[in-house]
Amino acid sequence: MIAPDVVERTLAAALARGGDFAEVFAEDRASVSARLDDGRVEELVSGRSRGAGIRVVRGETTGFAHTADLSESGLATAAAAAAAASTEAGAPVRVAALPGRATGAHGPSAMVLPESVSKDAKVALLQRADAAARERSGSIRQVSAAYADGRRRILVANSDGVFAEDDQVRTRFMVTCVAEGDTGLHTGTEAPGRTVGFELFDDIEPESVARIAADRALTLLKARPAPSGRLPVVLERGAGGVLFHEACGHGLEADLVRRDASVFRNRVGEAVASPLVTLVDDGTFGHEWGSFAIDDEGTPARRNVLIEDGVLTDYMWDLVRSRAAGRPSSGNGRRETYRHLPMVRMTNTYLLPGATDPDDIIAGTEYGLYCVALGGGQVNTATGDFVFGVTEAYLIENGEITEPVRAAQLIGNGSDALRQVDAVGNDFDTWAGTCGKEGQGVPVSSGQPTLRVAELTVGGTAA
Amino acid sequence: MSLSELVRGIAARAEPGEQVEAYAAHSVDTDVKVFEGAVEEMAVAESGGVGVRVVVGGRMGYAWAGSLEPDLVDAVLDEARDNARFAAPDEWNDLPTADDARAVPVADLDLWRDELASVPTTDKVALALALEKTALGLDARVRGVESASYGDAAMESAVASSLGVEATSRRTVCSCTVSALAGEGDGTRTGYGFSVGRTLADLDPEAAARDAIDRSTRLLGAAPVSSRRVPVIFDPLVTRSLLGILGAALNGEAMNKGRTMFLGRDGEQVAAPDVTLVDDPTDARAYGAAPFDAEGLPTRRNDLVVDGVLRGFLHNTSTGRRAGPGTTGSAVRGGYASPPGVGARALVLAPGAKTPEEILTLVGDAFYVQSVSGLHSGTNPVSGDFSLGAEGLLVRGGALAEPVREVTIASTVPRMLLDVLEVGSDLTWLPGAAAGVTLLVAEMALSGV
Repeated sequence: MIAPDVVERTLAAALARGGDFAEVFAEDRASVSARLDDGRVEELVSGRSRGAGIRVVRGETTGFAHTADLSESGLATAAAAAAAASTEAGAPVRVAALPGRATGAHGPSAMVLPESVSKDAKVALLQRADAAARERSGSIRQVSAAYADGRRRILVANSDGVFAEDDQVRTRFMVTCVAEGDTGLHTGTEAPGRTVGFELFDDIEPESVARIAADRALTLLKARPAPSGRLPVVLERGAGGVLFHEACGHGLEADLVRRDASVFRNRVGEAVASPLVTLVDDGTFGHEWGSFAIDDEGTPARRNVLIEDGVLTDYMWDLVRSRAAGRPSSGNGRRETYRHLPMVRMTNTYLLPGATDPDDIIAGTEYGLYCVALGGGQVNTATGDFVFGVTEAYLIENGEITEPVRAAQLIGNGSDALRQVDAVGNDFDTWAGTCGKEGQGVPVSSGQPTLRVAELTVGGTAA
Repeated sequence: MSLSELVRGIAARAEPGEQVEAYAAHSVDTDVKVFEGAVEEMAVAESGGVGVRVVVGGRMGYAWAGSLEPDLVDAVLDEARDNARFAAPDEWNDLPTADDARAVPVADLDLWRDELASVPTTDKVALALALEKTALGLDARVRGVESASYGDAAMESAVASSLGVEATSRRTVCSCTVSALAGEGDGTRTGYGFSVGRTLADLDPEAAARDAIDRSTRLLGAAPVSSRRVPVIFDPLVTRSLLGILGAALNGEAMNKGRTMFLGRDGEQVAAPDVTLVDDPTDARAYGAAPFDAEGLPTRRNDLVVDGVLRGFLHNTSTGRRAGPGTTGSAVRGGYASPPGVGARALVLAPGAKTPEEILTLVGDAFYVQSVSGLHSGTNPVSGDFSLGAEGLLVRGGALAEPVREVTIASTVPRMLLDVLEVGSDLTWLPGAAAGVTLLVAEMALSGV
């Protein structure tokens, strides 16, 4: 993307006014998305973006500038702007040396590159999903389906000698169905995504995605309003990982810990969760949605154990936070695009399976809520308080799953929920999503075995 | 080349039988984050991009480039053209005409402040540092500031189409925000404050700091309460969020697809008689004010609910033609990377006569909601059912009493609109697509312990 000698001169220009660290992050991304609604392909959108972000760290201050002009003069202008920005706090001048390069380039994360597949083939997937959803039931009134792929090539070089490249390809498919019945209109969605190319559809058929979405909407037709109050909540494998991502994961990000905006601050080595809980963040986890070869600071992806048997073992780190703490980055420095500064972000975050048969967890629950799918959620990391929408759930009565319920929120506190995990199954599944933090969205996945939280507040609408 | 020359140049490349619309945007941004008395991040950046919509025989294709570099811009039209081949034809998919653009006058809005460009960076840094310092010094119970920041942007955009529509607009915005931490350990409460304007001199960092402190300290000691049905008073910030849900439900695209709780209810009483809701991007006080919509048509005031009666939906050219009444000048887009959709820009509930204090005294016991969470996951736009996480304070004998957290409030949007008892007099212009105002609703289900 940029010749090594140009990178070298750009880094030198970035440090011309002094500084402890400089970095060039260049990115070239291309994306295609297609959307079908009511049986019609409404639009096919393709996009392209290219540019570089340059940062200069001086003491505690980071100066940042970016440019869409990857010529040497464009990069030099951005480097000068970043250098000027870094001097705003007036930190003492110290110039980092530019050592030799440790280079590494990673090939694409896809076997079948999206640009090698015709637009016809991409659009055809949408029609297949539409037909399959409508076949499911006459009550399915509306079907929308979307296909999206993205290829993101990045180059990271910094004054510590890093020079690394990665080629990240992601593909996602989404189906949303609306079912109509006596209780009105209800929506069901399914949206698998992986860090792969078009081979995603070797494993995942559009028809099966459509059937899951349709069944979710159809189930809601029969659902009655959810109960309210404090109840045991069983989270089916895959469904609840996002809850731990939000309610615990964010509090383990070193930048939030540093801001004193985490309930986990100063608690490494302490029991913060039930001994049944081992929480891992793993950027190397297969071709999951949050996987990559290097993070957006050039650090190779790693598997990091955050909580082991209930004991807090470590936080997640980016370069700025880890340099300040005198330790290596954990490979969690990510950014949405070259126009953003990196910060500590999760990758694939999951709870490890335990020993219990999931059926025994249900059988051992007298009365509670069985959650199969959660919608979005929100957490206040400083307090750990969270809220999650439940999009598919059932009552558990006398140890059996009985009728479906709708319109419920789970509300609680991350620390409490971690301590209240009292059964962990021997199964496992994951869920792909976009994690938002300070206005930047990055692809992540979360995962977990079927597990039970002894008590959570369920906010339903039942009278 | 100026943005308007750029988009005109692309539109002029339309071939016979083809409609081409180009949109370009350019922005210069400054962002400062401070922490513990020092600048933590300082970013100065210029960015731009272009998006092109092509319609051939009712088939629409779209492509974009996140760059104004000539080689990327040049490729966009051909890519959009190619994409159009794969879309299904839609008879309503025509672009707006020059007549559409002349149908209503263009609002004379003054949204640009030259002086923002001449504010030295050091003044911006000083403001952010002062904001953090003020927040730390106002109340001994505040143990820290999670974040304090300043940001501004000078944004320009241009639209041109082969049908003769042309529009350019520009605006400046700036803001400062602060998030305070009060209390210790598990008892920590957070509060957020901000100030927005069009140039630095418009900002009131003191007020932002005070808001953040009030909102965090008054929740200290908050705990869940028992489930009950209570009257609910919404803080103006919460009302703004709820108006966002209403705006989405009054979207003409959602209506055409049958995905709104207001389907077929035009002309009906959908809210209490005191409720009048307008979307008026021609009001320069609104943060979302804009003279043109995303298709380059003049914006206008749209009455959505008048005295509780539903008066209409928001439309862009395509959804308006399909539905009948035509566009309401309500095309919006999430930047150059997406084709125009439909949306509100400046929703305002007509304010009532009573101050927030008078509203408190109207009700004996109630729940004052300071913030809600789970708005998107907890709301069904089709049925209107919602269940939201909430924190705030109980109201006893007309005064704010003990703080509450970890509860949910639930109702349906249609029910809530009919149950509105008072709209406050405290209309507050806020960032986003809606203004805030205190709102009293007769009854909702609060669930706690």
